[in-house]
Amino acid sequence: MMRSPRRYRLLLLVLGAALLLSCALSLAFGSAQVPLERVLAILAQRLFGISPEVAVNLGHDSIVWQLRAPRVLLGALVGAGLALVGTALQAVTRNPLADPHLLGVSSGAALGAVIVVLYLGEFAGLLSLPLAAFVGALASMLLVLAIASRSGRLESDRLLLAGVAVSFVMMAASNLLLFLGDHHAASSVLFWMLGGLGLARWELLWLPALCLLLALLVLLGLGRALNALMAGEHSAVSLGLEPRRVRVLVFVVASLLTGVLVSLSGAIGFVGLMLPHVARFLVGAEHRRLLPVSALLGALFLVWVDVAARTLLAPQDLPIGIATAAIGGVFFVALLRRR
Amino acid sequence: MQRLRIRELAWSPDGERPLLDAIDLAVDDGELVGLIGPNGSGKTSLLRCAYRFQRPSAGSVELDGEPLWQRSPRWCAQRVAVVLQEFPQDFGLSVREVAAMGRTPHKGLFDGDDNEDRRLVDQALARLGLSALAQQAFARLSGGEKQRALLARALVQQPHLLILDEPTNHLDPRYQLELLKQIKALGLASLASFHDLNLAAAFCERLYVLDQGRLVAAGTPAEVLTAELLLQVFGVQALVDTHPLAGHPRITWIV
Repeated sequence: MMRSPRRYRLLLLVLGAALLLSCALSLAFGSAQVPLERVLAILAQRLFGISPEVAVNLGHDSIVWQLRAPRVLLGALVGAGLALVGTALQAVTRNPLADPHLLGVSSGAALGAVIVVLYLGEFAGLLSLPLAAFVGALASMLLVLAIASRSGRLESDRLLLAGVAVSFVMMAASNLLLFLGDHHAASSVLFWMLGGLGLARWELLWLPALCLLLALLVLLGLGRALNALMAGEHSAVSLGLEPRRVRVLVFVVASLLTGVLVSLSGAIGFVGLMLPHVARFLVGAEHRRLLPVSALLGALFLVWVDVAARTLLAPQDLPIGIATAAIGGVFFVALLRRR
Repeated sequence: MQRLRIRELAWSPDGERPLLDAIDLAVDDGELVGLIGPNGSGKTSLLRCAYRFQRPSAGSVELDGEPLWQRSPRWCAQRVAVVLQEFPQDFGLSVREVAAMGRTPHKGLFDGDDNEDRRLVDQALARLGLSALAQQAFARLSGGEKQRALLARALVQQPHLLILDEPTNHLDPRYQLELLKQIKALGLASLASFHDLNLAAAFCERLYVLDQGRLVAAGTPAEVLTAELLLQVFGVQALVDTHPLAGHPRITWIV
């Protein structure tokens, strides 16, 4: 494990560089072939204003800059966010299997999306789906909090159980609506529920970016508290913390971030469950070190999985949730066998 | 100076029949006070009231002369450190990181670790003979080493009062004696619960005996540990004589 500060900084640097490089490289992949030199020329022109030596055709420019670039960035943001949320939730619930979707946020978001697609239509244009998904996420988060808190306490097992219960009810509701609704709409909802980065637009990126940054700051500030809560309820109290407050704060931050991410990308499973374990394997469980690594790994992971999702069934887009779940499952089996 | 003062304390989990009642207890600077009693007599509950985990339904808990429940958990944690037997299964922290957790009540949200923090952690680890294990995973330690690491965390907290819930449980005799000697050597006001009465007799200045949520005896080990009391509280016949080398009471159970 990399416990020495120098090696830790080196690791951050390497991961950061790998992420930047991956973002650039991944722009070359997709159903339409764009050679890597072209991609780099387009990037040089767009980012640094360097005019290309070879003429870049407008088609390539719009594919790389208008379609793929926001998609790659959204992938990085979603991956980082889900891994971050998973890491924090695993600490406050003291459950290594906690992940963003366990709290009912994703199924709430899905229900919101189903209602919009099937019944309301595009009431707010491009934003209607994300907006409805976010409202659904928020509603289910409040529901879980209300059910889980009892006489001023908020215990981790009640939180998890309430999350699972709300999740199932929400899922049942959206499945029922899908079953009753018309099939054409159902397939578009299904695609969104399986997760995909196809909704990415430059105009929509600032919101997840801002939320991710805020969440990272809050969680880093709570780093010591997360360590203590992971050690147990009594340890946390004896170290001067109020576990309920920390849990509510982490839970609200997690739900808001997940809500925003899910509303843009659908429910992408396994990232929030798996990457925290990889990160912990690399740097241990001290959260002030763990959180940044976890976020970087999540971003890196999702950028490359999305490359797979774009290319495997090209020109079709494979729902990224299917890819993450498949990779995640295999990964976990490998991890189990190594132990 | 009186560090901990508990007056007329009562506690009940559901607001009905109290599990603790009419408890008066004090711990002075530099003394190790033992809390003994049968299973379910309320030892752990009483300790929890003393480290601000559960709020007494009546009476008061004072720390350094100030009512505990009128101050914040943080204030309390800056003065009281607790050694419990609570750690989760897959605990990914190193020994050093566990010890460093003791700085939590002294640091603000975004404070990093400064040299003072590192010095305190180094000092505590060295004092408990853990320096060589500092980078090891806490989960891989033996039971005795884990207890020592938790004691190191308590030390890093720089407390005025140390609370220990059955610190010698699950330890072999060597580790039991070693740990208690180390606790004694800290010279802190300490309140610890014990199952092993001979250990309590050997290391504590004073003992309190709990039975069914009430204090039934208090005093030096020699005053408290009598055959009559042991029969009355624990329901077991015992032979009590004096330890031939150390002079404290020695208990031999009669089976």
